[in-house]
Amino acid sequence: MLKLARRLWGTKGLARWILLIGIIITALFVVLAIFAPWIAPYGFAQNRAGGVRLPKLAHPSGYFPFGTNDQFYDIYSRVVWGSRTALEVIVLSVVFSIVVGVPLGLLSGYAGRVTDKVLVFVMDALYAFPSLLLAIVMAFLLNQKVGNGVVAAALSLTVVYVPQYFRVVRNTTVSVREATFVEAARALGAGPFVIMRRYLFGNVVQSVPVIGTLNAADALGTLASLGFLGLGIQPTEASEWGYDLNRALDDAQAGTWWPALFPGLAIVLLITALTLVGEGLNESLNPALVRRRVKPATFDREDVPVLAGDEVEVPDLSEGNRP
Amino acid sequence: MSALQHPASDAVVTARDLRVWYAGPKGPVRAVDGVTFEVRKGEILGLVGESGCGKSTLGRGLLGLLPEGAARDGSLVVGGRDVLSMSAKEARRLRGGELGMIFQEPLTRLNPLMRVSDHFAETLKVHEPRLPRKEIERRSLEALRVVGIPPTRFRAYPHEFSGGMRQRIMIALTLVVRPAFVVADEPTTALDVLVEAQIIRNLHTLRAEFDTAMLLITHNLGIVAEACDRVAVMYAGRIVEIGDAREVFRNPQHSYTRELLRSTISLETDGLHYIDGAPPDLVAPPPGCRFHPRCPDAMVVCAQRTPADKVLAGGSRVACWAAEERAGVSGLGPHESAPLEREEIGVADEA
Amino acid sequence: MPTKPDLTLDRPGDGAADGVVDTVVELDDLSVHYQLAGGALARLFGLGARTVKAVDGVTLGLRRGEVLGVVGESGSGKTTLGRALLGLAPATAGSITYRPREGRPRIVSELRGAALRRLRTDLQMVFQDPSAALNPSMTIADAVGDPLRIHGVAKAPERRRLVAEALERVGLTPADRFLGKYPSDLSGGQKQRVVIARAIILDPEVLIADEPISMLDMSVRAKILELMLGLKDDLGLSYVYITHDLASAKFFCDRIAIMYLGRVVEIGPTAEIFAHPRHPYTQALLAAIPEPDPDRAVARDLPRGEIPDAAAPPLGCSFHPRCPQATPTCGWESRDLRALLEEHWTRVHPDQYAAERAVIGDLGGLDAPVTSVELGTGGAQKVRSILDRARAENAEEPLWQGVEAVEDAGSGVRVRFHPGVDPALRRAGGVDVACVLYPEDAGE
Repeated sequence: MLKLARRLWGTKGLARWILLIGIIITALFVVLAIFAPWIAPYGFAQNRAGGVRLPKLAHPSGYFPFGTNDQFYDIYSRVVWGSRTALEVIVLSVVFSIVVGVPLGLLSGYAGRVTDKVLVFVMDALYAFPSLLLAIVMAFLLNQKVGNGVVAAALSLTVVYVPQYFRVVRNTTVSVREATFVEAARALGAGPFVIMRRYLFGNVVQSVPVIGTLNAADALGTLASLGFLGLGIQPTEASEWGYDLNRALDDAQAGTWWPALFPGLAIVLLITALTLVGEGLNESLNPALVRRRVKPATFDREDVPVLAGDEVEVPDLSEGNRP
Repeated sequence: MSALQHPASDAVVTARDLRVWYAGPKGPVRAVDGVTFEVRKGEILGLVGESGCGKSTLGRGLLGLLPEGAARDGSLVVGGRDVLSMSAKEARRLRGGELGMIFQEPLTRLNPLMRVSDHFAETLKVHEPRLPRKEIERRSLEALRVVGIPPTRFRAYPHEFSGGMRQRIMIALTLVVRPAFVVADEPTTALDVLVEAQIIRNLHTLRAEFDTAMLLITHNLGIVAEACDRVAVMYAGRIVEIGDAREVFRNPQHSYTRELLRSTISLETDGLHYIDGAPPDLVAPPPGCRFHPRCPDAMVVCAQRTPADKVLAGGSRVACWAAEERAGVSGLGPHESAPLEREEIGVADEA
Repeated sequence: MPTKPDLTLDRPGDGAADGVVDTVVELDDLSVHYQLAGGALARLFGLGARTVKAVDGVTLGLRRGEVLGVVGESGSGKTTLGRALLGLAPATAGSITYRPREGRPRIVSELRGAALRRLRTDLQMVFQDPSAALNPSMTIADAVGDPLRIHGVAKAPERRRLVAEALERVGLTPADRFLGKYPSDLSGGQKQRVVIARAIILDPEVLIADEPISMLDMSVRAKILELMLGLKDDLGLSYVYITHDLASAKFFCDRIAIMYLGRVVEIGPTAEIFAHPRHPYTQALLAAIPEPDPDRAVARDLPRGEIPDAAAPPLGCSFHPRCPQATPTCGWESRDLRALLEEHWTRVHPDQYAAERAVIGDLGGLDAPVTSVELGTGGAQKVRSILDRARAENAEEPLWQGVEAVEDAGSGVRVRFHPGVDPALRRAGGVDVACVLYPEDAGE
């Protein structure tokens, strides 16, 4: 972990700022999500307080910092609770996708032949589907079985993203499979499962964190789209930004801007933040792109002035990074 | 060699106190740290050493093919021109033209999507732009002929050739522009021994027909003995011994040269010899002579002062206190020439 | 010290036919063929795939306690042979039999799955590139201890002890210093020691060493060889030492087998092979070794060309296109004619080349391995004069002895070669050699 943190810190220039900004904003949303019950003044489906109905479409004010919407909900609370929903769904769907996609990719890459061909075919077909459409179909199918809460939404999204992990891990496995140390493992008498677990796994999952973060960004967009179309999480189950946006459409035409602005802003911010983290991670962790801050070589001699120079971006050729 | 003080008029490359340092996280890596040598017209100088000695860096440094953050210092004169003070544009023009290069793996230089004829056309267009097409073809076929590639294969693609033939195509591409100086970096390491012999013969042809000066970089002492006129032995960024190939092999003066020759397994080997320890860290090399931690002849002075280059009987230039002591020219007192006491080197420090 | 067997007792090349010789691994006519999928177009049209005969009928035996060298250049099949011995490459024909000290002999080439994996406790491998042979994400302790885990030989505390013991045995002392390190923290020589430790920890009987020192520095090679010799005596191992470096083979091996294009062309005791190399290929290899001895003159009469494509080997004896001592019946064919013409054209003036080329036409027709081929489109007389010119340049070229007849045919000529013989290993002096220069049943 420490090694990782140090490496991230050593990233130079733009990549570092990208990563930092992304992490900060994401952290903000995480805080909102975790502490929602204490931060949000009202519940996400609360349209009464102290026996009195909340006002409808009230302007943002001291009582309601973001105003209220046409369902008598406090928008600020909806946004805060929405963070929790968003992050729950994202985390669940990414975890599910990884748990399904990575082992399948590993298996497919190692087994080769028919297994590989079949799995690749299936995954390519899934990948070829427009992601939103696929999510909609899955949402419909799952509606019967699992209802339409957070878990259902996460599962719908899982199917969309499994192919990505599958592909990356499978392709890496296919190339690492030929490495000498894998042959050496076979020479030691290791069976296929031992090889996959101990020799291949650690060496093929380098890209997964980056994909996971970029994935999360995309997942949020898809979730919001689902919600916008009314196929996602119902307002009584949890607060969902996409759904709120949908409700806010008609009002926006009438000039009431606040029900649309704040959920919309939340969506944009979090997606951007996650993307920044993903790209930043890519720059930091991808050995081909890593740049270290190193001073250029100078020749210290008494009779020759030392040639000082600006810091130069230099490929990191230290032990762990040599290609 | 007194020739160093007064460079021979037919020296194609003269390097004086050349340094090539890389940028490293812990400070500059002194990969080449003050080498002085020259290569004359029609001469093949072998540069030999183990991994980490800086020989590849030197080869690349001569051509200017260094990563960002690396720097060169000292003096390097090629064909009468001061290379270190050239602009990048001038340096680029020099490369591939007057300054040829042959690398270890020819596939990396040959574009698999281009025919061999296209490779030649491209090379000649860059360095002799006003050549008419017929002349380009004539020169290309001539170059191929010299290395033994039949004209029937002129329009073939690189992948249709075997490894040895690809290396020969590389050599032909280098010699088609009649370079004055060629750097060959491990040209035969990836090839089988029978093909290796053929390639060495091709290199000799290059020298014979065009009077090309060549720097042959290799870790294979046998190749040096077979192919080179003079040899320079490198260790930890410095040339420790340089002289006529025959002389150096018969009477190695520097302890490292001697130990290296002894540890080489040849057909005559009857016992196993090796050198304990590993080459030093080039960021902070040991004081004095860099070989002293591993040297069986190390004296007290070796850890304190760096030996200067001296030309000894036999004509080789050596930087070694023990060699000077043997020749009686060191001028050292009894303290300094006493054997150096060191810790024993264990496997934990081995190469 | 290497154990060199007494020449009088020696019966190189044969299996354990008589009970005198204790053979631990026996190869009987082993072949390993690979199918090369044709190019996309070929597959489209259903054209046949080509077969690469990586190993083509090898019979030899590894004796207990000996070091058998398998020497060859790239493409000789030596690496594939090594892999096949361990069951890492499937045997297409023939068999590999392992005779342990205790227990029944097992036929390696027929074992599959778990049975094959169990075999790996007795036969192990040391690889060429120590950096590549170690899992970069495993510590040394894990890497060396993994064989114990895989075969369920010992529990964790016992494993730790055995790993430390193995490390000490290969010279990595104190073992504690190395247990927690990763391969990237070690030098080349140290990594190779780890690979050897991993190979011996299960107490095998046979070690296949595939170029174990070729990627190490000169100053360390001797150390590793010395280590391996010591281990052989201490642990009672038998080695197969695969290499292209004849010099180290001379020092390290008791017997040497020279391989060329999937076959063993010469096999015998080391001393005899080096003192009296018989096969022209062996002679060439010895002559071509660059020795760090400037007084040694470079051989001039080296074979031309390179090792041919294993998917389309030459007819007759595979070495004949390059052999300076080839006979008329060594398997001359049309592809040799093509090579000859191409070589001729590297020596003539471009104008002459152009003229001759016009007469000969496209050389593509010479690419099939046949002993009778049509040549030329410019008229029989002209073609003959070209052939005569080529012959005059080098009258000693063995190909001309192999020509049976040159007849007029159509607009060119038809060249017919003597049919070729593919020599099997036969006894000649103290070695076995596959060459017609040493007639069979000639005796000592």
